[in-house]
Amino acid sequence: MAVVDARDVSLTFQTADGPVHALKDVSLRIEKGDFVSFIGPSGCGKTTFLRTIAALEKPTGGNLSVNGMTTDEARRKRAYGYVFQAPGLYPWRTISGNISLPLEIMGFSKADRQARVARVLELVELAGFGGKFPWQLSGGMQQRASIARALAFDADILLMDEPFGALDEIVRDRLNEALLELWRKTGKTIGFVTHSIPEAVYLSTRIVVMSPRPGRITRIIESTLPRERPLEIRDTPEFIRIAQEVREGLREGHSYD
Amino acid sequence: MTRLLPILTVLLAIVLVWYLAAVGMNAPWARDQAARAGQSLSLPQLVRATMVQERPVLPAPHQVAIGLWDGVVGQKITSKRSLVWHGWITLSATLAGFAIGAGAGILLAVGIVHSRVMDLSVMPWAIASQTVPILAIAPMVIVVFASAGVTGLVPKAMISAWLSFFPVLVGMVKGLRTPDTMQMDLMRSWNASGRQTFWRLRLPSAMPYLFASLKVAVAAALVGTIVGELPAGATAGLGARLLSGSYYGQTVQIWAALFAAAALAAALVAVIGGIERLTLRRMGLAR
Repeated sequence: MAVVDARDVSLTFQTADGPVHALKDVSLRIEKGDFVSFIGPSGCGKTTFLRTIAALEKPTGGNLSVNGMTTDEARRKRAYGYVFQAPGLYPWRTISGNISLPLEIMGFSKADRQARVARVLELVELAGFGGKFPWQLSGGMQQRASIARALAFDADILLMDEPFGALDEIVRDRLNEALLELWRKTGKTIGFVTHSIPEAVYLSTRIVVMSPRPGRITRIIESTLPRERPLEIRDTPEFIRIAQEVREGLREGHSYD
Repeated sequence: MTRLLPILTVLLAIVLVWYLAAVGMNAPWARDQAARAGQSLSLPQLVRATMVQERPVLPAPHQVAIGLWDGVVGQKITSKRSLVWHGWITLSATLAGFAIGAGAGILLAVGIVHSRVMDLSVMPWAIASQTVPILAIAPMVIVVFASAGVTGLVPKAMISAWLSFFPVLVGMVKGLRTPDTMQMDLMRSWNASGRQTFWRLRLPSAMPYLFASLKVAVAAALVGTIVGELPAGATAGLGARLLSGSYYGQTVQIWAALFAAAALAAALVAVIGGIERLTLRRMGLAR
């Protein structure tokens, strides 16, 4: 059974300037353990599609199921760990307190919370920083903490909306590596929105190229790269070939009007 | 010392201007008295005469200081001439009114943030309530309560609450609405209940706003209480002290009461500022 099964999903926003077709007939299956990247220019609906999967938006047409349930049922079963571009940590809580927040809301016991916080802090290499407040950490560390927060309650699906978009290239490389490592260890299904072709190619098992007006999928590229990916893989011909394919996909969907 | 110096400089300038104004404003009366006695005053004599009048138009700073000193430590604190006694009467009504007002402001803000109906219905009335001149309302409140047999602290506290709920309401509505879409979306993705979102996100986010508005509110509460003490010939409280001072032309008494009220307001704001610092530091919001 597919984790995410979208069939002809459409989403139209009614605005003062008339309807905006944010998504039109988007069909996609995401299997368990997939790492799927969504790439495309602004307004192509990649963020909207991610939000629709997470039940933060309601599609106006088509069928969308998650783990065989409606998205809202999946949300109530806490199937989603969502990571935004900004860390969104509470300044009045320590890092541990922030990671513990969803666990408190979901009613985990205190001992369980502590064990889980310790485990995910280890996972994102922030062990020893639990007692710090967010402002005492660098931007990259804050974003790692927000990933830890999304991992803490064992959601099936990790949805990441340009999580490293606000970080510099060096930090981004390191976090990309760390994210792959994390994905291998946890076997999570990941949906990942990005603007960067190398990032999409480096991380994904599948790359979904989208295009605007109306927001739609123009190409789905299966990655032939192995799951084990050192950073140097980005210099291999295989990597460059896939990146080229993504670039072509972006070009054909974009008429430069 | 570097922080004290500018403050002292400003204080010195104020005192200087005040002395000059006192000389200028009290001089006609001094000259008048001298003319009646068939004397003429030299300048030093005139200046001295403007400083020692019993009912000056503008008492000199040292006269007010003496009046204040006498009112605070020169009397038994149970005496009706003691500023401590009057201050306590005013303070107790202020604190009661402030507590009621702040509580009402917070509760209304919570309602407004969670209910569109309340947002549309309560806010216009809250704003309208503040456009009514408090001086016009206060006597009516006193009279209405008095006809029901309630006098003393309660009616004054009501007027004080009337003035102090509004800043808290406005500040808390703003504060409770500070969490952005992303933070609300996160709460939603965790399937948090409205109550959990309120206690864990909205309320902590609103704390800095709450304290800022509480400072405004406590000063307003004091003004409300004093205004409430003016009508109906109140006999106790700083407001009553102001009123009786004006009846009998006791300008020194008026100014002493004014300064006592100002000191009280400053102390109240300082207390809230202290609680604010402690709370925000404990929350990790102060750096």
